[in-house]
Amino acid sequence: MYRDFGTIFLFILIGIVLVYVPLLIQRLVAPKNDTPDKLSTYECGEESEGSAWVQFNIRFYVIALIFLIFDVEVVFLFPWAVVFKDLGLLAFVEMSIFLLILIVGLAYVWKKGDLDWVKYRVKYAHGRYRKAITEKEGKTVGTP
Amino acid sequence: MTVDNLINWFPFGTEWPVLTFVTAVIICALPVFLFIAVYALVAIYAELKISSFMQDKVGPMGQGVGLHAWKFGILQPVADALKLILKEDIIPDLADKKLFVMAPFIVFVGAFISFAALPFGQNIIIADMNIGIFYILAVGSLSVIGIILAGWSSNNKWSLYGGMRSAAQIISYEIPAGLSIISIVMLTGTLSMQGIIEFQSGTIWGVLPNWIIFNNPFSFIAFFIFFISGVAECNRTPFDIPEAESELVAGAFTEYSGMRYAFFFLSEYAEMFVISAIAVTAFLGGWNSPISGFMNSSGWGVFWFMLKSLSLIFLMIWFRWTLPRLRVDQLMSICWKVFLPFSLVNIFGVGIWSLLVG
Repeated sequence: MYRDFGTIFLFILIGIVLVYVPLLIQRLVAPKNDTPDKLSTYECGEESEGSAWVQFNIRFYVIALIFLIFDVEVVFLFPWAVVFKDLGLLAFVEMSIFLLILIVGLAYVWKKGDLDWVKYRVKYAHGRYRKAITEKEGKTVGTP
Repeated sequence: MTVDNLINWFPFGTEWPVLTFVTAVIICALPVFLFIAVYALVAIYAELKISSFMQDKVGPMGQGVGLHAWKFGILQPVADALKLILKEDIIPDLADKKLFVMAPFIVFVGAFISFAALPFGQNIIIADMNIGIFYILAVGSLSVIGIILAGWSSNNKWSLYGGMRSAAQIISYEIPAGLSIISIVMLTGTLSMQGIIEFQSGTIWGVLPNWIIFNNPFSFIAFFIFFISGVAECNRTPFDIPEAESELVAGAFTEYSGMRYAFFFLSEYAEMFVISAIAVTAFLGGWNSPISGFMNSSGWGVFWFMLKSLSLIFLMIWFRWTLPRLRVDQLMSICWKVFLPFSLVNIFGVGIWSLLVG
């Protein structure tokens, strides 16, 4: 056991060295003449406009949350799957209940529209969103 | 286990156990690195040539001064590698330098340490852990951290978008992949890579090889879910939105050049191999011969394992050059609305199947 994980630990160290050595070789053989233009941020030849560290869409956060729930679920399922055949029906029923609770969660998220990358179901839609909804569903939606 | 065999083989193993252990691991690790490097060169060459055949265009034909006589452009990947190492290493002024430097290390190490648990043959597995497949799945997701670091630290809008998309995509597709693996573990009752392969020896009704993909209809579906999710985790076309050249320049790797870029590239090819190897181990019988009892010795095991893995890699290349890129909303909805429900159904299906059939 300690050998297996010791091997992994050494693999990590060796991996770091194996990345570092080519970088060193590159430092020796590659040219190095920096100019301010070369070191500027690449924006297709335009001068870069402001910092790139800006706010980005909250949908990524929602995806991360859903991922977290299901990944924890996967981790819980692994030990159960290993002993599943020995435990038989009882374990299956118990895990089905656990899974069903999560599936209800998935159905809720689905119904809420959080799985859609582009959300059309905005309650108080303006402009093109409003137009898109009325075209899509053929009905009017609430106004702010 | 290779490390254990080496330790037993060393004459001074009992006197300096730690030294022997370290030496044994280094002796195992260097061939793995060589293998990754050579395999990547071959894969790049294959990718160029296959794409040329598939799209009816001209592939590499000859390369370099004085080397032009070489047939079929075989030296093209070598020229690529030389070019990458001779390129100037650029770290943008505005970048977060520490994270920028760290990112390729994390991505490559994540791919590299997965190789420690891959069963290349009956006796060729560097660390035969009892949690092998779980370990590989866990380590495989390390690359997300590297990619998101690369995207964030470059201080470039393309990089940030690419990194965020890449992260969203990889973590999303990890769920169906993990759930498909769970439906396999339910059948085998072990997480050890060798244990899973040993479960698949023999035949079904004396005809089909006893591979898990043929075990029941649900595991048949699970294979496709796992493999497609795997392709998505590698950020390969048709799932290459994170580095879509025509819209995001090069995604998270826009600001990288030279060797640092080369390591991202290398890790992508290494990930492809890891995904194929897991698919082969979990579904296609690993080193078992397709015809039971035919060429089934330990030497041939390596041959079968490589043949199956490289066929799956060929399949990935085939995908890349025939399918157009998905849109980002299509990509996410396929994952969450098709693959996830299907893989949940698979778990119930495999459970009921093994309770009823045995």
